[in-house]
Amino acid sequence: MPNTTVLAGTFSPIAPKGDELVIGTIAFLIIFTIFWKKLLPSIKKTLDERTDSIEGGLERAKEAQAAAAALQEEYQRNLTEARHQAAKITQDAREQGAAIVAQMRGEGQEQRDNLVASGRTQLDADATATRAALKGDLGSLAIQLASKIVGESLEDEARQRGTVDRFLSELEAKADAASGSNAATTAKAGA
Amino acid sequence: MSLSLAAGVGALSTDSSCHLFGKNGCGFNNVAPGADDFDFSNRPWFHIGTYGVTKPVLLVVLITVVMLAFFWAAFNKPKEVPRGVQNVGEVAYLFVRDRIARDSMGAKGDKYVPFLFSLFFFVWLMNVMSFVPGIQFPVSSVIAFPAALAAMVWLTYMYAGFKRHGLGYFRVLGVPSGVPLGILFILTPIELLSNILVRPFTLAIRLFANMFAGHLLVATFAAGAWYMFSVKGIFFSGASFTMAIVMTGFELFIQALQAYIFVMLTASYLAGALEEAH
Repeated sequence: MPNTTVLAGTFSPIAPKGDELVIGTIAFLIIFTIFWKKLLPSIKKTLDERTDSIEGGLERAKEAQAAAAALQEEYQRNLTEARHQAAKITQDAREQGAAIVAQMRGEGQEQRDNLVASGRTQLDADATATRAALKGDLGSLAIQLASKIVGESLEDEARQRGTVDRFLSELEAKADAASGSNAATTAKAGA
Repeated sequence: MSLSLAAGVGALSTDSSCHLFGKNGCGFNNVAPGADDFDFSNRPWFHIGTYGVTKPVLLVVLITVVMLAFFWAAFNKPKEVPRGVQNVGEVAYLFVRDRIARDSMGAKGDKYVPFLFSLFFFVWLMNVMSFVPGIQFPVSSVIAFPAALAAMVWLTYMYAGFKRHGLGYFRVLGVPSGVPLGILFILTPIELLSNILVRPFTLAIRLFANMFAGHLLVATFAAGAWYMFSVKGIFFSGASFTMAIVMTGFELFIQALQAYIFVMLTASYLAGALEEAH
């Protein structure tokens, strides 16, 4: 066959040709130099920067998280404190209110006691005055009555006076005995 | 006769009248792709001075431009919040840095990321040219290119090793730890030969042969589909065509895998060169 004879004579696929060796070497060296000096350092730098910024970003996120946690804690603390204060204020107010009520009650009681006491004094005074006035009137009335009954005027003023006084004293003793038992009854009722 | 027709176009159109069950009884050997399809020396696309620029050479220039343009767009003015092509570039960068450099060398590997990165995408683009419609030729199936790269890998790891260990690097290369002295008499010459001389060849040939064979396989099925295409041969042709499609998909995987293996081995050689002396 013509093919095989031509082949065997001139071409061997495993014998490298000089020009192709040189061109292959040069081509590779051009590629290698550009990658070595220019392109790969450039992408390496970018990848490093990216790693940095990712790590930086993570760092920043961590910081922000810590700050947020601290802030939340502070808020919580403030809130708790505020609650405590509010409770304390409410408590104080309640206590104060109670104290005021007690005080007012005391004062009222005192005023009432005073009023009652002064009323009683007044009444006693009035009663005494009335009793004194009545004593006089009663004397004269009794004398008038007696004069009318007896039909004669009692001349002896001194004697007359003594009789009246004696009579009145008797009356008074009677009245005292009666009011004494009365007072005891009132005290019992008051208790 | 078929060579002149095939020039610059590909194996499919070798001889359009050659069919199975055809009147002229033409055999498949007349249309089957062969090693000569990888020889572009006698069919340059154009000349610069007296130098004939062939398809593989032009493709290497194209790959260089495409690769630089893409990653320039991705990496030249990178944003902290990546957009569009920068995302793709970053995935690529992080893959090479984390899955290749750091996995094999640890933190020391960062220094070699530009080398491994350039290597990975240069090799992958050379491989993937096999898939690109209208090009459909893996540049790495031309031995000179894998060989040039393997030579640079060799220089790099030898330099790194001698810089790290001085002449003690021979010990690292030739004396595996935990081997009894008696065995070392046999093992050390083998290890030295393997690590110093054989490594670059296997590195280059593994890539070359995979791409060469893969391309040949796809081209053979494609040529078969054409050769058997007739009323009688339609099922054979269809089967062959299906295989060509399946193999193209499979090759897409192999292209990435071989680029990965090439760079992974480079990284492991470098890791060996940088490891602690034992």
